[in-house]
Amino acid sequence: MNQNSTFSGADLELIDVRKEFPGFTALEDMDLKIPAGQFFALLGPSGCGKTTTLRLIAGLDEPTKGKILLGGKDITNTKPHERPINTVFQSYALFPHMSVLENVAFGLRQRKVADPLAKAADALKLVQLEHLSARRPQQLSGGQQQRVALARALVNRPSLLLLDEPLGALDLKLRREMQIELKAIQVEVGLTFLHVTHDQEEAMDMADTVAVMNKGRIEQMGAPEALYDRPKTAFVAKFLGQSNLFIGNVEDENANTISINVAGNKISVPKARAEKHKGKIAIGVRPEKAFFHEEEPKLGAGYNLIGPGEIIDIRFTGVSNQYLIDIPKIGEITVFAQNIGKSPVTQVGQKVWVSWKVEHSFGLSDLPEKTTGA
Amino acid sequence: MKAFDFKKLILPFYAVIAFVFLLLPIAYTVAFSFNDSTKSNAQWQGFTLNNWLQVCVRQGVCEAVGSSILIGVISTLIATVLGTMIAIALVRYKFKAREAVSLGLFLPMATPEVVMGSGLAAEFFNLGIGQGYLTIIIAHVMFCLSFVVVTVKARVQTLDPALEEAGRDLYANPRRVFMKITLPLLMPGIAAAALLSFALSFDDFIITYFNGGQTVTTFPIFIYAAATRGVPAEANVIGSAVFFLAIAIVLFVQIRSSLRNTRLAKLK
Amino acid sequence: MAFGAFAHSTSDIKHKNASQKTGKIAWILLAPGLAYLALFFLAPLFSLIAVSLGSIEAVSLANQGFRYGFNIQNFAQLGTDYLPHVIRSFSYALIATAAALLISYPLAYFIGVKLRGRPLLQRMLVTLVIAPFFISFLLRTLAWSQIFSNESWIVHELQTLGLLAPDQYIIGTPFAVVFGLTYNFIPFMTLPLYTTLEKLDIRYLEAGADLYASPRKVFTKVTLPLSMPGVISGTLLTFIPMAGDYVNASKNFLGSAHTQMLGNVIESKYISEHNMPIASALSVALMAVILIIVGVYVKRTGSEDLL
Repeated sequence: MNQNSTFSGADLELIDVRKEFPGFTALEDMDLKIPAGQFFALLGPSGCGKTTTLRLIAGLDEPTKGKILLGGKDITNTKPHERPINTVFQSYALFPHMSVLENVAFGLRQRKVADPLAKAADALKLVQLEHLSARRPQQLSGGQQQRVALARALVNRPSLLLLDEPLGALDLKLRREMQIELKAIQVEVGLTFLHVTHDQEEAMDMADTVAVMNKGRIEQMGAPEALYDRPKTAFVAKFLGQSNLFIGNVEDENANTISINVAGNKISVPKARAEKHKGKIAIGVRPEKAFFHEEEPKLGAGYNLIGPGEIIDIRFTGVSNQYLIDIPKIGEITVFAQNIGKSPVTQVGQKVWVSWKVEHSFGLSDLPEKTTGA
Repeated sequence: MKAFDFKKLILPFYAVIAFVFLLLPIAYTVAFSFNDSTKSNAQWQGFTLNNWLQVCVRQGVCEAVGSSILIGVISTLIATVLGTMIAIALVRYKFKAREAVSLGLFLPMATPEVVMGSGLAAEFFNLGIGQGYLTIIIAHVMFCLSFVVVTVKARVQTLDPALEEAGRDLYANPRRVFMKITLPLLMPGIAAAALLSFALSFDDFIITYFNGGQTVTTFPIFIYAAATRGVPAEANVIGSAVFFLAIAIVLFVQIRSSLRNTRLAKLK
Repeated sequence: MAFGAFAHSTSDIKHKNASQKTGKIAWILLAPGLAYLALFFLAPLFSLIAVSLGSIEAVSLANQGFRYGFNIQNFAQLGTDYLPHVIRSFSYALIATAAALLISYPLAYFIGVKLRGRPLLQRMLVTLVIAPFFISFLLRTLAWSQIFSNESWIVHELQTLGLLAPDQYIIGTPFAVVFGLTYNFIPFMTLPLYTTLEKLDIRYLEAGADLYASPRKVFTKVTLPLSMPGVISGTLLTFIPMAGDYVNASKNFLGSAHTQMLGNVIESKYISEHNMPIASALSVALMAVILIIVGVYVKRTGSEDLL
């Protein structure tokens, strides 16, 4: 059970997959490749098409057009029960009329695998539930049900495991615990996981690669750190964490950076971190990478500086303070300051300037609907 | 304070009276199944167990019950299968004319029995079909069908489609998904529908009377025919036995599910 | 139980993306049952119409010949010979429905609202409410006819008390028939009332009381309007079978020659006199009235909520 060799996943490829429902298009010509053995997360708000994607891959819905390949084999027209793919359903979908053990053994019995009950018992051991195998699913807690659903899928050693918001029904503490457990199991069994979620923390915490979906398409895909550090669209910048965004025309350019002018303030971004180098563009910075100063600082070319403005709100959140700063003609900017014992002593109404390193700016390919703010 | 308490007792007191009213004819029927009557069972003659011990000896009651059971079982089988199929389609599939189908299923429940009975009889007359077991069974399936649909439909609605999807996901082909998941999960609803259907068929008088009551004697037909000259106590025996059986089944189901719920609540 | 379904609303499970293919499966599932209903429910209604327009010729007293035709005469008799029966059918049914509502509402309220939080007791009492269904319809009606028979203790006492004249009896009066109708169909009224009252959120009542409404006002302004779906379906479920019933009004049960309803005429014309055209015409008329009532109901609630 623990050997990767017997349990390795296959790579999944979606080519130009489109799904239309009467009245709307849930998925617009999606291309996606997930390498074998990866923990891949599809992240997006509800209605973005992520669950549709999952259902198409599982075979529960048919794509309007396009192809789905698993391990290089075209499975577009393969029935769900003939695909080597298993799903952990959002509601777990445990069979209420069977014991936990019979639930886990179900897939093995269908495929006429020898010794289904012994193998099911092994799978329950993996999720530490062997002592509850005689119970009915209704008699288990939410977290236990979740683990049974996982064991029921894993025991079949699928090439690809689909997880549809598997932690959505659990409370926050249990969710964080299960995240760690789920990741550990994935590493242990080494198969391909495709995880669908709307929880950005969950996606970034567990996945090797995160694809952010919006309105039926993938906006951006990459490692969690890369996505967070350099969001390429306004949607990603705002959905994944918080961002301050500034819009202006590119007015200055040198070898490495371009600058926009926002109400008389010059804001620069390295060319390598900007999607567009001409015309009207949006430049952003994460709130925790910005600082404020009570007196106008003298900073070199490596910094962006805007202000003066006024602190209009301070929120204490424990690990950090969140400052909302209103800068005339620019708008509201959010700055996070860690509570490490020397955070600036300020109060609402204080006049401040905001600065950040040019190398922390990122330039977007599109413009946000609203100008600034977090 | 006293007046308040008195007001609180009005409703329970009323409920007791209402239940006495509802149960009085049942008690009467049961009591008179022990009446030592010779000809008419209208006056109390004394207590005897003979009617119960020798229920089949006289009067042809048991033959009538036999006919009723035969008709009930066959009608229930057909109505349950047809009705379950419709119930699944109504909940699980989108199709045009859904409203018309709903209306078509509702109408038989909203039609007076005398209209359905005479209408079917008129049709059999028009088609030249002679009345007998066949016509009675056809009629019973017809009026049981809608009730089966309603009962099973309620169960299908509580069935999470994800369970069947999980079955498909776990390598079960459509036939096995139906046999291993859909059917077992619908079973309580189907069983309830079948019981209801049998009860309706067993107790039906009006429609049966129009469609074969002259040639086949079911239990209700027997009572109706006997009512002119006095219904024998054996009929009360059958009625009481059926009553206690039905009550026992219902109570058993209720207590079992109630026990299961408390056990579940404790475990969680 | 089935009757409660009238008070329920439709499914809350979403219909997931039905494609053309699933539509085909739906019709495969629906076809046999619907064909059955078309053949043995719908077609008979048309048979009724066909027969109702025919006529019979007396070949001999025992053997009457039937002829199809277009004989409106059968319907004209509704307004003349059978007018008393029409009036009796609908007035008895109306009074008995009102009586059933008055008796059932407090009972359903008691079980559904006052006994909230004691599910086992609630279910036991609901079982008692439907208990009359478990004993034969004819036997329980017969039981009442014997309880109220002319030689019975009740009649004797009432005569002694002077509430009934020495030559007055209960059996055979409109009262007895309405009494029987009320009794026999009470479960059809109580069950839908119970289903709506059982789901009634008690917080609404508390909110009403909190907003200075007297208990009477809370009932008329909050409880009653919220339980209207149950009242409507209960009324429909009792009125229809009552209007078509003929067992209660039959001479061998609770009625007499003076209490004959439409159902009694249909039965005697059809089965004893073999006068199918008249019987069919009466059935068609009864069905027409019922269809109008159902039509009004469907317009109010929509046909999705019917089942």
